[in-house]
Amino acid sequence: MFAYILRRLLYAVPILIGVNLLTFALFFVVNTPDDMARLQLGAKHVTADAIERWKVEHGYDKPLFLNTQATGSAQLTDTIFFRHSATMFVFRFGKGDDGRDIANEIRIRMGPSLAIALPVLVIGLMVNITFALLMVFFRATYLDLWGVVLCVILMSISGLFYIIAGQYFIAKLWNLLPISGFAGGINGLRFILLPVLVSVVAGIGSGSRWYRTIFLEEIGKDYVRTARAKGLSEIRVLFRHVLKNGMIPILTGVVVVLPLLFMGSLITESFFGIPGLGSYTIDAIQAQDFAVVRAMVFLGSFLYIVGLILTDISYSWVDPRVRLR
Amino acid sequence: MSVGSFDFVPVILWTDALIFALLGVVLALVWFIRRHPHLRAPWRSVARRPMTVGAALVLVVFVFIGLLDSLHYREKLSDSLPGHPQYSVEVLSAFDALVGRLRTQQEKTYSAPLALRLYAKEFIERDGMTVRDYPRLKYGGAHLKKTDAHASDIAWRIFAGLGQGLAASLLLFGLLAAWQARRHDTAFGDWLAAWRTGHLGWPGRTLVLVLGLMLMLGAAMAHLAADYHVFGTDKVGQDVLYISLKSIRTGLVIGTLTTLVTLPLAILLGIAAGYFRGWVDDVIQYVYTVLNSIPGVLLIASAVLIVQVAIEAHPQVFDTAAARADIRLLALCLIMGVTSWTGLARLLRGESLKLRTLDYVEAARAFGVSHVRIISRHIFPNVFHLVLIAVVLDFSGLVLAEAVLSYVGVGVDPTMYSWGNMINGARLELAREPVVWWQLGAAFVFMFTLVLAANLFADGVRDAFDPRLEARR
Repeated sequence: MFAYILRRLLYAVPILIGVNLLTFALFFVVNTPDDMARLQLGAKHVTADAIERWKVEHGYDKPLFLNTQATGSAQLTDTIFFRHSATMFVFRFGKGDDGRDIANEIRIRMGPSLAIALPVLVIGLMVNITFALLMVFFRATYLDLWGVVLCVILMSISGLFYIIAGQYFIAKLWNLLPISGFAGGINGLRFILLPVLVSVVAGIGSGSRWYRTIFLEEIGKDYVRTARAKGLSEIRVLFRHVLKNGMIPILTGVVVVLPLLFMGSLITESFFGIPGLGSYTIDAIQAQDFAVVRAMVFLGSFLYIVGLILTDISYSWVDPRVRLR
Repeated sequence: MSVGSFDFVPVILWTDALIFALLGVVLALVWFIRRHPHLRAPWRSVARRPMTVGAALVLVVFVFIGLLDSLHYREKLSDSLPGHPQYSVEVLSAFDALVGRLRTQQEKTYSAPLALRLYAKEFIERDGMTVRDYPRLKYGGAHLKKTDAHASDIAWRIFAGLGQGLAASLLLFGLLAAWQARRHDTAFGDWLAAWRTGHLGWPGRTLVLVLGLMLMLGAAMAHLAADYHVFGTDKVGQDVLYISLKSIRTGLVIGTLTTLVTLPLAILLGIAAGYFRGWVDDVIQYVYTVLNSIPGVLLIASAVLIVQVAIEAHPQVFDTAAARADIRLLALCLIMGVTSWTGLARLLRGESLKLRTLDYVEAARAFGVSHVRIISRHIFPNVFHLVLIAVVLDFSGLVLAEAVLSYVGVGVDPTMYSWGNMINGARLELAREPVVWWQLGAAFVFMFTLVLAANLFADGVRDAFDPRLEARR
């Protein structure tokens, strides 16, 4: 087990290097820092001096890979690649355009993101499984058929509409909850409720339909027939056998996204004004703050890989047939 | 080129060329499938599903509008010198020419659906006095002398439209029945009875019903749109119905061209990884794990930011604003394609791993058949259903993604008509008092119809083509 995890961790290193090189190529090679400076400064203020100053301010005035003017190891370290890309491996992301330390921002903003994302995941899981089990219980009846049609209808509505409708009706028209904002502690609850509600509702369509197929696949298996043959009631079959076995693919699907919950949801956070990592990212994209976007790309891939490793481990926990060697 | 007094020069944007290339491929595929009974069989089963056929009909209408909107041209300026023709910088399409007034009847600013008056007060002259009131629209309902005839006029138009649509669909239905009855050599009444009870062998009831509904709705819309703004007007007074219809093309382009980029990558790399194994497999797996590990929106956002910088740096390449927006749309498709091929590639890799150990593949290899031939003759036809299912399933997701990306600011060009841009603009309108809801509503209705039809169609195709599902039934 330990050896397996170690090997997986080592395997993650080349992938992170790949991500790092890819983002480096995207941000510095395809477009030179000069292009970035021009875009940031706007058409009016572009002069050779201004571009140089912008590059010095952001530390982009070094050569890309090899600094021939330096001596010794500084030839490699005094470059954009080493200063801005290689340092990400120790989570030193540098500063954003607003002058704040990115790593510090990430630490502060993780909490609010998690405060939304975690309840959404847990409540969404429960709601979706309930609906899926109901549809499976009434399978091959009109209730099931129309349940699936309803799921497809819910899936076909853009996530943006759920948010806009939720904000408009619940917050603006009926004044039940604040339209957006965030506060820490127990006071924050009323701010969290609406985004959580909207996100859960938006996920019902695809979620319950997906879980329904999982349960249906289980219900066709031999052990279910055996369970019925020995006289168990349909409800017992569903809850004791189908639910338990169906949880394996569901849980492993959940484990993959667990670490990514820290990143939050771009759209939800931005609409509801949650000061989490999602809105941080979206602000950075809109302000074309390349340093922050690069940092978030790296963080996202890192968390995804952690999720993959956790998935493998969780497989061996929930399914005794899986052995990690 | 000139047709009568109408002078124009055709413009072929990049996405136009690709759309028609895609259309050609689809038509060639249809021709190929028709000639092979074993390929035709699953499509026959698709055609027997009522919900799928209904959805397909709706999709056909959307695709038709999208194709019309892809025939672009530039009009000749009337004041250009003879011998030195000058063309307008505005790129129009066959669709624009067809709807004509819908595009040109521009009001001053917001007006509600079917309204007679503007949504903002202005100083107007009335009976020699200047009062502050909502002025009449320049075009919307301008044919009405008295405003109290408004409601009856609308009701009459809806009634006339529905009636004409109903008449047209009854006529079509009669022709269909007569033709079918003659073809199958049955009495007219027998065929009607079979149609009514659903014993035709194909979903005749759904087909006629959906077609009839669409005809009625379309006719009523056409009657209303002739003199009103059916979905109101937007901030600059542009007809919202027109914007929504123009957005169809953008949605379709993103949904289809992205898959066009995805397919070669996914098929080649996925099959190669599964078939050759060894270091080829390692390299390809490494590439798609790297791409996969970057959160989708972020990768797309970074790539779009980069493309934006590149477009800003080379403004001289594009002769019109439309060409510029078009390149950005194409780039978006390319980027989304490059980031989304991994899922299908992984699926194809797994399937090829299984297929390569099958007896007939081993036999082919023992006979010394080349790799290329084995893949094209034995592997690819056996994974084709997976490719098809992935294409139809991805479509609706891509259309929805466009809206989100446009909201984030990394979607299509802000000047381009798209549902994403409409929704984006609607955010501020909802904060107005009184609320401007129609732009959002129209975008919602159109997007929902397209995505729902695509989802239902995709379900039907998946059920018909997935052998795993077949076994379970």
